Amino acid sequence: MLGSFDFDVIRRSLPYLFYEGMTFTLTLTALAAFGGLVFGTAIALMRLSGYKLLGRIAGLYVDFMRSLPLVLVIFWFYFLVPYIGQWITGAPRPIKVGAFASSLITFIMFEAAYFSEIMRAGIQSISRGQPAAASALGLNYAQTMRYVVLPQAFRNMLPVLLTQTIVLFQDTSLVYVLSIPDFLGAASKVAQRDGRLVEMYLFAAVVYFTISCIASFGVRRLQSRIAIIR
Amino acid sequence: MNYNWNWKIFFEPNPMGTGTYLDMLLSGLALTIKTALLAWVIALAVGSIVGVLRTLPSRGAYWFGFCWVEFFRNMPLLVQLFLWFFVLPEMLPRAAGLWLKQLPNAPFWTAAIGVGLFMSARVAVQLQAGIGSLPRGQRMAATALGLTTVQGYRYVLLPMAFRIILPPLTSEFLNTIKNTAVAITIGLIELTGQARSMQEFSFQVFEAFTAATILYLLTNAIVVTAMRFLERYVAIPGYITGK
Repeated sequence: MLGSFDFDVIRRSLPYLFYEGMTFTLTLTALAAFGGLVFGTAIALMRLSGYKLLGRIAGLYVDFMRSLPLVLVIFWFYFLVPYIGQWITGAPRPIKVGAFASSLITFIMFEAAYFSEIMRAGIQSISRGQPAAASALGLNYAQTMRYVVLPQAFRNMLPVLLTQTIVLFQDTSLVYVLSIPDFLGAASKVAQRDGRLVEMYLFAAVVYFTISCIASFGVRRLQSRIAIIR
Repeated sequence: MNYNWNWKIFFEPNPMGTGTYLDMLLSGLALTIKTALLAWVIALAVGSIVGVLRTLPSRGAYWFGFCWVEFFRNMPLLVQLFLWFFVLPEMLPRAAGLWLKQLPNAPFWTAAIGVGLFMSARVAVQLQAGIGSLPRGQRMAATALGLTTVQGYRYVLLPMAFRIILPPLTSEFLNTIKNTAVAITIGLIELTGQARSMQEFSFQVFEAFTAATILYLLTNAIVVTAMRFLERYVAIPGYITGK
């Protein structure tokens, strides 16, 4: 029970948990969100391009990624990336890929599927008059997307994109299956070393909960602020 | 790629003595489905109650529902499973904790309940939105007919709301199936877990993961097809999704 609760193990491991663990988690979240958004937007544009084949390929990719558990995808890329690297660089044997690079590639590819659905909804929510007006002004396809459609789609979907990023932040904890010291992995390492599972897991839960709560509160405020402008 | 492909590996006996490697993966699939179904029952039951609480006029009920949803939505599923599996038995009185630790199949029950409660928050939000999307007149008409609050929900609001939210519930069910894979971390050897052990025993990593991927895709396709039929059957005439 709480009588034997050891606060000191938390205090002692704070630098390790936050400098190593949380830095890894937050860097992974930020880079994966950015990469996922870029790839996701490209996939969404492919799906809406009007070229049948391109749209089909993009659609298959999204459906494929969305029907697999993230844990399985993490394993897939962990074993596959060295071989892909060998194939690209022409090295004689599978190349060594670090834990961070491997999980970053995994999360970018996985999240791209989810971000693309959000961006697709955002692009489709823009009235037909906008791209029509852009062509009337003489903008080509790339310019229309770059200056007219995508900025509005991005802005309309910003709350949803941020919510998905919070989900991503929580999902990065799954790199635990590769024994990578992200925040949860670091907490778990200390927990097993010192035999203090209760303290470390409760503390990890509180930290994740606090960050996610604050972030989703911020998203809700943002949403209510930009929702009026229509 | 200098990788030794061996697709016949599936028909070779596995080192556990439980038949071939294919049998191993199929038993993993069975466990995935069993866990997901139990989790889904829990998610639907608890999620419905919490979802209704969030639409009641009582402030207390609303706050309870709000806290429930925030609690289960703001923690990674993995952390929640760890809390149920490692922390809960230590927090209980000694005897209860010991009983919990010695429970046979502990990973299975923890995974089913943990994933179920995690998904219940999502079901609750969907149901709240479903009830909220009904015209105000429905609730008023129920009251005008002399139905009590319980009767109003039972006969008027819930049958409509569930029919409206069936499509999003389908994808939540698919999420439940996928989320059971997280339980690999507490020692549940479901489909992903079996693929992983097959990889460790046979070193045929890509065959094992390909097979698991195909099994997940098949499960998905079956669920989606079945739910399409159900959706068409229960669709409300006059709504966009209706006939």
